[in-house]
Amino acid sequence: MATVFKKTDMLTEVPFHYCPGCTHGIAHRLVAEVLDEMGCQNNVVGVAPVGCAVFAYNYFNCDMQQASHGRAPAVASAIKRVAPQNIVFAYQGDGDLASIGMAEIVHSASRGDNITVVFINNAIYGMTGGQMAPTTLIGQTSTTCPGGRCAAQNGNPIRVCEMLATLDGPAYIERVSLADVPSIRKAKKALQKAFNCQKEGKGFTLIEMLSSCPTNWKMTPEQALDYTKNEMQQIFPLGVFKEVK
Amino acid sequence: MKKLMKGNEAIAEAAVRGGCRAFFGYPITPQNEIPEYMSWRQFEVGGAFVQAESEVAAINMVYGAAGAGARAMTSSSSPGISLKQEGISYICGAELPCVIVNMVRCGPGLGGIQPAQSDYFQSVKGGGHGDYRMLVYGPASVQEAVDIMYTAFDKADKYRMPVMILGDGMLGQIMEAVELPEMVDVASLPKKEWATTGEGHGATRRIINSLYIQPDALEEVNNRLFSRYKELADKEVMVEEYMVSDAEIIITGYGTVGRVAKSAVNQLREKGIKAGLIRPVTLFPFPAAAYERAASQDNVKQFLCVELSMGQMVEDVRLSVNGKKPVKFFGRSGGNVVTPDDIVSVVMNEVK
Ligand SMILES: Cc1ncc(C[n+]2csc(CCOP(=O)(O)OP(=O)(O)O)c2C)c(N)n1
Repeated sequence: MATVFKKTDMLTEVPFHYCPGCTHGIAHRLVAEVLDEMGCQNNVVGVAPVGCAVFAYNYFNCDMQQASHGRAPAVASAIKRVAPQNIVFAYQGDGDLASIGMAEIVHSASRGDNITVVFINNAIYGMTGGQMAPTTLIGQTSTTCPGGRCAAQNGNPIRVCEMLATLDGPAYIERVSLADVPSIRKAKKALQKAFNCQKEGKGFTLIEMLSSCPTNWKMTPEQALDYTKNEMQQIFPLGVFKEVK
Repeated sequence: MKKLMKGNEAIAEAAVRGGCRAFFGYPITPQNEIPEYMSWRQFEVGGAFVQAESEVAAINMVYGAAGAGARAMTSSSSPGISLKQEGISYICGAELPCVIVNMVRCGPGLGGIQPAQSDYFQSVKGGGHGDYRMLVYGPASVQEAVDIMYTAFDKADKYRMPVMILGDGMLGQIMEAVELPEMVDVASLPKKEWATTGEGHGATRRIINSLYIQPDALEEVNNRLFSRYKELADKEVMVEEYMVSDAEIIITGYGTVGRVAKSAVNQLREKGIKAGLIRPVTLFPFPAAAYERAASQDNVKQFLCVELSMGQMVEDVRLSVNGKKPVKFFGRSGGNVVTPDDIVSVVMNEVK
């Protein structure tokens, strides 16, 4: 019988620990499929963040390092420099990348480190129980802005792709969404593009994925996907922000 | 043939010759010559060099490069080392080998740029969070620093832990004639099976990690780390003992102060005072046995611990002497240094 579908070999057999409706699992699978299709079984190193995806090192079927909170780009940059033949990726949440790790991501992008960063923007600190993230929308509630994020009190959401696109180092920057099937297909294409850029030695690449966190948003998985599409995409428009030909 | 070199540059060259092929640093006085030297020297030997965006980034780059199997190193001075502490804790938890040089300056806070020894605690007692130690050396001369630096990567690899070289501004800036060792053939070093070199897949997958959610698993890691520290105490202690056998007063100090103390011992002997010296070269493991032995000698009446701090190593000296003899302390801080004459007059006026 012909095989029509098979789980990618770049994911281990360990079941994901993610909550129902969380899109980290989808993002993992897309990354793994792209690496698999590129034939990277024996020349890739991944870096896991501090955040809900900390256990990514149990899921990706390749050499992995677990970085301290926010420092994944620094770790990945060094891994790449000592073994440039490898594909190197960092996987980070929005608290990790856009708050505590803002310096590391900006400088990695600015240096044009030849790595790929997968940036999961779920507008909240998932792992620690739903506190405000640098990407939390105005009006969105969290455990540290229970009345809804207010610009005067809590500042404004940060648009990472737009900001990094002003730098000279990045080769490819795109924001995608994981909220429905067509978006997920586009997200995979974006990852392919980013990893191929890295393979060609073009420099820093980052794919931001708008993701949902029903548990901490206090929504059903369906409501959360709608929120991603209707609210998040207003503030974080999808698209390619940087592409070096 | 001997070569006249500045301490910082000699340490950098000895690191390269010892196999360092990845250096990550951030400017801070008084260690700037190390990253400056490495910026062109790593390029020459085909290694990696990054002037990182911060000490935090630099130590995490060391984590990444060390985890990928390279002989990786960073250098800094006190405030920068404070910033690195979380990263050092991760490196210890993940059992990664690397070398960290701290050319200590005075503190607290921004403090000053003059020499000090006030980072003893954060070097030998852990420094960051969790239960860990490092192999810490306090060299007294540029040649000793070169010799220690040269074998530091071998020790780091053997024990899978960071080695710290604890110097001070004086050691970094002084120029002395040094004999440099041969260049290690990096390609011939044993392969690190645990390193994430990229080929791992399925059963051969390697993970560099310090997260252990199960208490028993983490306790096992801690027990493993501490069994290595025990091994360090058995095998790696280095100490200089000078004129201890008939001494009535033991002067003790490490690093550049140890060297000054040795001159003081000679001056005191000329004055007919039976002084001796204990100079720890390894600060962790601490040479406790040397103090225990001296404290048990009837001729030894007392100890004087001299430091460029308000008194840090003196605590370990007292623990080692264990109440057998009085241990006095003489320290200068704020970037003030001690001369042999200072020590001699303390002994003549206060201790005797
Ligand atoms: C230095 C440090 N500060 C804080 C934490 C606690 N912490 C763990 S995960 C996390 C937030 C992660 O949020 P995010 O990056 O948005 O990822 P998510 O969990 O939402 O996927 C924080 C603050 C830590 N582990 N280390």
